[in-house]
Amino acid sequence: MQIEQLVSKFQNKDERAFETLYQMYSESMLGVIYNIVRDHDMAQDVMQEVFIKAWNSAESYSPKKGRFFTWLINISRNAAIDKVRSKSYKNSGKNLNADYFVDIIQDHDSLDDKTDAIGIKQFVGKLAKKCIEVIELLYFKGYTQKEASESLEMPIGTIKTRNRNCINELRLMLDV
Amino acid sequence: MDIKEYIESGILELYVAGALSDKENQEIYALLLKHPELLNEVISIESVIVKLTAAVSPTSTKHLFKAVKEKLGLNKETPVRPLHKPETNWFSYVGWAASLVIGLGLFWFINQNNELQEQLQTVETDKDLLEITLEKYNNDLTTSKQLITFLRDKDIIAVPLAGQAVSPDSYAKAYWDKKTNTVVLDVQGLPEPPKGMVYQVWSLTLNPLTPTSLGTIDRFSTDENKLFTIKNANASEAFGITLEPAGGSVSPNLEQLYTLGVVETS
Repeated sequence: MQIEQLVSKFQNKDERAFETLYQMYSESMLGVIYNIVRDHDMAQDVMQEVFIKAWNSAESYSPKKGRFFTWLINISRNAAIDKVRSKSYKNSGKNLNADYFVDIIQDHDSLDDKTDAIGIKQFVGKLAKKCIEVIELLYFKGYTQKEASESLEMPIGTIKTRNRNCINELRLMLDV
Repeated sequence: MDIKEYIESGILELYVAGALSDKENQEIYALLLKHPELLNEVISIESVIVKLTAAVSPTSTKHLFKAVKEKLGLNKETPVRPLHKPETNWFSYVGWAASLVIGLGLFWFINQNNELQEQLQTVETDKDLLEITLEKYNNDLTTSKQLITFLRDKDIIAVPLAGQAVSPDSYAKAYWDKKTNTVVLDVQGLPEPPKGMVYQVWSLTLNPLTPTSLGTIDRFSTDENKLFTIKNANASEAFGITLEPAGGSVSPNLEQLYTLGVVETS
């Protein structure tokens, strides 16, 4: 089924469509959230809240605004950042370390039944530092191209092309 | 428009990242509808990002969906279908029905309360009346006890007064306590005096016949027991009761002598 139809059904409160979308994207959302929160239980809670929020405010999504996946990842990043700023998080004594998403992937020793994780682990280690940085900011942290260009001190055009090249590398590795 | 060049610009990667402005997003969406190659490219980019981000996830997520559904109140057996209007109406009907029930209940309670208040008032009044009655009976009892005590005294002289010519059926009794100079007169056997007339009690000595007034019985009609206590310090040999004009007479009207009794000398 086309993703557009699935999303449309989901917006009409179709539970099966909801479950399908959850199976498609929940691990990605947990990854994004975990990369920000760095705590298993908290990240799981936030991820569940994200899908609850998505269901409850499904009508606010419009394909004109962007991809459904993009909409969902945006909610996840905001929820994770809210969590990190919350009192309960600060009281938990967590320290945000400066590791990139790749470090987390590399550190996974048990990958159980997670989708495609084994293949990725083999490849991300080969990614150049400049790729890791730009992917971290744009996809995991939700920076705009302008923010990313300021943070990495390079022109917007360079961000665009570098990112394109890095994603292409990944696509080659994963054969997408 | 050069599709290849557009793809190579890297804007679609930013589109998937959500790093573009609303205006750019709308423009790209319009292009995606027109050019399937662009849409395919977006789907490929999205696919790799989905895989990459999922690889960061520390755990599987399948088992966590149950809690999401539970928190949303969703149930697999009875899926919630998009038709929500009847449900909303149903809830509002239930709401109105509940309000009505509560309203009626409240009304009923207020009524009950008012009724109880009235009943309480009635009971209070009844209680007051009973207290008054009880006090009256207590007083009556005290009087009766005093009377019994008086009558049982061994020194009491009982004098029966028999009916005379004017009223042969009449009778009375006098109980005379010489120590206290008190006479208790029982006049229950006398008829109701006519209006404007009163009974007058006389102490008599017989040789010669000398009457001394012991007073009039002014409260004959109002006293239920028809028992009257009068003072008598005379050396009475007999007692008599005559009917006299209200206020009493200086000497008895013997034609209206109702009862007469002689004190027995022991």
